[in-house]
Amino acid sequence: MKKMIIKTILAAGIAAIALPASAKTELQWWHAMGGNLGETVNTIAENYNASQDNYVIIPTYKGGYEDTMTAGIAAFRAKQQPHILQVFDAGAATIINAPGATIPVADLMQEYGQGFNIEDYIEGVRYFYADSDGKMIGMPFNASTPLLYYNKEAFAKAGVANPPATWEEFEAIAPKLKDAGYTALAQSHSPWILSENFHSRHNLQLATGNNGYDSTDVEILYNNDSMKMHWGKMKEWLDDGHYGFYGRAWGDNQDAFVQKKVAMWMGSSGSFGGLKKSTDFEFGTTFLPYWKSVIDEPKGTFIGGAALFAMSGKSDAENKGTADFFSYMTNPENQVFWHKATGYVPITTAAYDMAKQEGYYNKSPDAEVGILQLSQPGGEWTKGYRLGYYVQIREVMYSKFDNIFSGKSSVDEAFAEMTAESNKLLARFAATYK
Amino acid sequence: MKRVQFEHSTIPYLFIAPQIIIIAIFFLWPAAQAVHQSFLLEDAFGLSSQFVWFKNYFDTIGDASWRQAAWFTTVFSVLVTFLSLGIALLLAVKANEVIRGARTYRTTLMWAYAIAPPVAGLMGNLMFHPLIGDLYKFLNTIGWDFNHKLDSFDAGFVVVLIAVWKQVSVNFIFFLSGLQGISKAVNEAAMMDCKSPTRRFWTITFPLLAPTTFFLMVINITYAFFETFGIIDTTTGGAPGGSTNTLVYKVFQDGFRGADLGGSSAQSVVLMLIVLALTVIQFRFIERKVHY
Repeated sequence: MKKMIIKTILAAGIAAIALPASAKTELQWWHAMGGNLGETVNTIAENYNASQDNYVIIPTYKGGYEDTMTAGIAAFRAKQQPHILQVFDAGAATIINAPGATIPVADLMQEYGQGFNIEDYIEGVRYFYADSDGKMIGMPFNASTPLLYYNKEAFAKAGVANPPATWEEFEAIAPKLKDAGYTALAQSHSPWILSENFHSRHNLQLATGNNGYDSTDVEILYNNDSMKMHWGKMKEWLDDGHYGFYGRAWGDNQDAFVQKKVAMWMGSSGSFGGLKKSTDFEFGTTFLPYWKSVIDEPKGTFIGGAALFAMSGKSDAENKGTADFFSYMTNPENQVFWHKATGYVPITTAAYDMAKQEGYYNKSPDAEVGILQLSQPGGEWTKGYRLGYYVQIREVMYSKFDNIFSGKSSVDEAFAEMTAESNKLLARFAATYK
Repeated sequence: MKRVQFEHSTIPYLFIAPQIIIIAIFFLWPAAQAVHQSFLLEDAFGLSSQFVWFKNYFDTIGDASWRQAAWFTTVFSVLVTFLSLGIALLLAVKANEVIRGARTYRTTLMWAYAIAPPVAGLMGNLMFHPLIGDLYKFLNTIGWDFNHKLDSFDAGFVVVLIAVWKQVSVNFIFFLSGLQGISKAVNEAAMMDCKSPTRRFWTITFPLLAPTTFFLMVINITYAFFETFGIIDTTTGGAPGGSTNTLVYKVFQDGFRGADLGGSSAQSVVLMLIVLALTVIQFRFIERKVHY
C-alpha cells in the first residue's frame, strides 16, 4: 500500500514536471561561443525563454567554429540536425551551396510572418551571407571586423602622435617605435586581415565569378601585384624588426601586444572587451591601414565571425519558433546588449542608432570604430567572398606565408604555389556540385 | 556410422563474441565506410553524391601538401621509433644495474607514461613558447637561433623531442622487465667469458631482448603514425609551411575541419594500406631474425 502511494506521488510529480515542458516547442541551437561569449549566449537564450511561452531555446556549445560546423554536418547526415547552427565565414560556401540544407533566412522570416528587409542591416553586414541575387541566407550573428589596436604609451614614448592611417605612414613611424623598444606590429589572422579584407579595403577582386558568389566554378586571384607588394613588405618588416611573428595562434600574437612587446596589433573588433581586461596600459582602436599607392580613398571592410543558419527538415511549428527567435535576437535592445557585452558589432542600423542615442560611444568611442569601418563606402569588391573548401585554402595560405617569412620561398613563388593549390581545391569543390 | 568429429561446444564462440562484435562495430564497419566514401564525391551534407572511381586517390597523391606530409611522417616515424627505443634501452640497462634507490629511479622514469599525448604537447608548447618559454629562451641564449614558428628544422625538433620524451617511459618499462627476465646464470656465465660489458651487451643481452625490441618497434611505429596526432595538434598544428604535418593530421584537417569527406576518406584508406604494408614487412622480414 505504501509503495502504491509513493508510486502515485512520483507519477503525479513527473507528470507535473513534464506537462508544461511538453507544451513548448524545443529549439536546439548549436554554437561555437566559448567562455564569456558562451555565457552571453546563455543569457540571451534565458531571456528569450522567459519572454514568451511557446518556445524553449536550448543553446549548446560545440567547440570551435570548425568543430561546430562538423558536428552540424554529422548531425544533418544522421537526420538529427539542430534547428539553428552557427557557421563561420570560411564555412559559408559549404553550407550555402549544399542544396536545401538550410532555409534561407529571408524566406524563413517572410513565410513565418516576421517580415524581412535586407536594408535594415548595416552595409558591410548585408551581403556576406547572401546568395548572388542578394537574398540573405544566413543571419549574421557575431559580426566582427579587423581593426588596428595601438598602445598609446608606446606611441608617446616613441614620440609618435597618431596611429598610422596608411601603410606608408606605418613605414615612417616603425623605426621610431623600434628605437623606443617596441616591435611595431603583430597581427593574428593573415588570411582574414591581410588577404580577404586587404582586397576589400583596396577594392580589389579576390576571385573570379564575382568573388565566388555567382558560381562554384571559379579561380582565386590572390596572385596580384598589390598583394605581392604587401607581402614583400611584410617580409622586409619582419627582417628589420618592425613586424613580430609569434606563430599562427591568435592568442600568441595578441599576447605580444598585451605584454608590450609590440606597439600595434591587428585583430578583431570583437577582441576589444578581452583586451580591456588583460592590458594594463591605455590603448586605442583605429581603422585598418591601407596603401595610398594602391587606392586614394579606402573602402570599408566586410564582416568576419559567423552567422546563424536555420536548418531544413524541421516542422512548421519549429520553423516558426526559429523565425520568432531570429526576430527577437535582431531587435535593437538585444543587439545593443550583445554589442556591449561582447564587442561584436550590432548588425542592424536601428540597433546602431539606439546605441548612439544611449550615448554609448561617447563613453567608449573605441566600440564604434568597427561599425564605422564597416559603414565606410562600399565598392565593387567589398561585400565579401564565397569560396569552397576555403578552410583548406586558408591552410594553404598560412603555409605559404610561413614560407615567405622563413625565406624558404620568394614572394612570387609563394603566391604562384598558393594560387595553384587553391585552384585545385576550388576545382574539386566545383566538381562536387556538377 | 560413427562421426569422427568432436562435439563442438558453443561456449568458446560466446567467449570471443564480445571481442568480435567490438572489432566489427568499431573497426570493420567504419573501415568499410571509409572505403565506400573514398570513391564518392559528395557535398558535406550528403545531399548530392556521385561515384567518381579513383578521383579522390589521384587528387590525394597529386596534392603537394599531402606528399610533404607523407615525407615528414616517414622521417618523423623513423626518428621517433629509433630515438625512443634507443634512449629507453640505455636507461633500462643503467637502471637495471643500480642497486641503491633502484625503485626511485624506476618510478621516476616511468612517470611520463601516464601523460596523454595532447597534454605532453601542451606542456611542450609552454616550454617552447616564444614569449614565456624557458626552453625557447635557453636555446637562444646558448647560441642556437631557435625559432620553431618559422624554421621547419626547429619545429621538427620540437615535435620529435616531445614525442620521444612521452614514449621513452613506455619502452623503458618493457625493456626493464625484459632485462629482468634474463636469467642471472646466463649473465654470470658471460662475465666469465668476456670482460667487456659493451661486448657482453651486444652479444648476449641484446639478442635475448630481441622479442621485446621487436614488439616495441611495432608499437612505436604505430604510436609515431597515429598517437602523435595530439602532440602535433597542440604544438605546431603542422606549421611552418606544412613541414610538420603528418598524414593522420592531414586526414583530420581535410575531413573534420574542411568537410571534404571523399578526399579525407581516400587519404585514410591510403594510410591504412601503408600501415598494413609496414606490418607485413615487420612480421615477414624482421620477425624472422627474432628468436623467442
